[in-house]
Amino acid sequence: MFDTPLTFKSGAVLPRYELMYETYGTLNADKSNAILICHALSGHHHVAGYYFDDAKNLGWWDNMVGPGKPIDTDKFFVIGLNNLGGCHGSTGPSSNDPLTGKQYGASFPVITVEDWVESQARLADRLGITQFAAVLGGSLGGMQAMQWALSYPERLRHVLAIATAPHLTAQNIAFNDVARSAILTDPDFHGGDFYQHGVVPTRGLRLARMLGHITYLSDDAMADKFGRELRTGKLNFSYDIEFQIESYLRYQGDKFAAYFDANTYLLMTKALDYFDPARELDGNLNRAFAAAKAKFLVVSFTTDWRFAPERSREIVHALLHNKRDVSYAEITSAHGHDSFLMQDAQYFAVMRNYLNGIAREFSV
Amino acid sequence: MNTSIIQSRPDFAAIAAWIPQGSSVLDLGCGDGSLLRYLRETREVRGYGVEISDANIAACIANNVNVIQNDLESGIADFEDASFDFVILSQTLQATRNTESLMQEIVRVGREGIVSFPNFGYWKNRLQVMLGNMPVSDELPYQWYDTPNVHLCTLDDFEFLCAHLEIRILARHVMANGNDVIVMPNLRGSTAVYRFRRDA
Repeated sequence: MFDTPLTFKSGAVLPRYELMYETYGTLNADKSNAILICHALSGHHHVAGYYFDDAKNLGWWDNMVGPGKPIDTDKFFVIGLNNLGGCHGSTGPSSNDPLTGKQYGASFPVITVEDWVESQARLADRLGITQFAAVLGGSLGGMQAMQWALSYPERLRHVLAIATAPHLTAQNIAFNDVARSAILTDPDFHGGDFYQHGVVPTRGLRLARMLGHITYLSDDAMADKFGRELRTGKLNFSYDIEFQIESYLRYQGDKFAAYFDANTYLLMTKALDYFDPARELDGNLNRAFAAAKAKFLVVSFTTDWRFAPERSREIVHALLHNKRDVSYAEITSAHGHDSFLMQDAQYFAVMRNYLNGIAREFSV
Repeated sequence: MNTSIIQSRPDFAAIAAWIPQGSSVLDLGCGDGSLLRYLRETREVRGYGVEISDANIAACIANNVNVIQNDLESGIADFEDASFDFVILSQTLQATRNTESLMQEIVRVGREGIVSFPNFGYWKNRLQVMLGNMPVSDELPYQWYDTPNVHLCTLDDFEFLCAHLEIRILARHVMANGNDVIVMPNLRGSTAVYRFRRDA
């Protein structure tokens, strides 16, 4: 619980808010082994492991984070949090506004990556962490990690920016706009205040997720996994689910719409669209990264067309221009944007080796 | 570690001898980062490597060496003019395709370039050709059918290319079996290291 009002980039003020977080491992005596994991669009604080009363609820990055894993919780004190505006325990549109006694809904301010970093810095203050060993994340999480290096250059030693971009392209914003349109035009959305109507814009949220899911996979990965396979083995000349890919997408859409908040989805996609550290510097990314002092590891995946390797190279280029320490690995992977969540020998070797290097800088 | 590296790669010591403390260095085709690590430990250089192989990227990161995964022939275009004190190409020149344009890129990005390569004019190589076979040796360990080397040259050939590209050679260090070769280097030297810059 934070009682100091947070002023957003938009000018809106949130008088008080809660942040849900989880920690793994032990903070060392001089508090130099902390790692902050920033989540992507649909992520949350539950990064690794499972709860003793819920063995099925495995953390979203459990293959990467844990004892003996690349982000080794025997060495690091790892923090996962649910971002402000989220729907997994932190204050967000589905939380109750103490001023009105009703859910925030449409009145929850549009949030930016900078606002998140500000709220995360206050969480670090609360935990007594003045400098992170590393801040890292994939996709939208990578944007937060980069923003950390720009907003608080002294408060972190390393950034691991994975499958991310210095800003979204027009095509990428376009995908987000279609996803938002699906939600905004759902009759059950009620301008964002659907909570009071006792309904959920399930149809919109489901479509948004289905669209997103297509863009997170590669053409080849989809072809390999589903091909043109038919559910019943024959054409039915109807608009019901026929191809396996349709079945899969609808399943993913339904699953997501059952637990995710539509307003949070809108906020997350807006934060993605707005992120652009070079915007106020005539689009000059070199100047934007002049503020960074951290060492960087930048990782991209060959088949990721939503956050393509070219976009990661722009980040690398700006860091090289500023003579910052940076390594860049381009992982050959078939799984598109989703690759950053999957186990891959080369990806994990790169992560493990880099993190071992960070661990050598402090004594556990 | 340092001594073993120098024993296995005599050109590393020759390269390091030319690099002042605290220089900035770009190592093209940096392998597992051994040279950059050696230069960091002995010369406190600020360095980056460019490397294409997955295994070498992971090895460089384990060596705590900055490395950019890219094809060195196209990847060097990302680097700005005169952004490094030295651009190094060690034992890789003979395996590059666009050797001429790469040499020009080296002197564009680096204030100086350092290149080491096996001398095809070494007498043992000439002897093997004369006896009717493509040379196979410590420096050229491949058979003709599996070699990555597409642009082998002699010292004279390299110097001719430099003159053609208006690149001025500043120094040359020729070796055989780890010893310096002064007399008749194009015949008696098995490995050469050159230091050069754009003739302007």
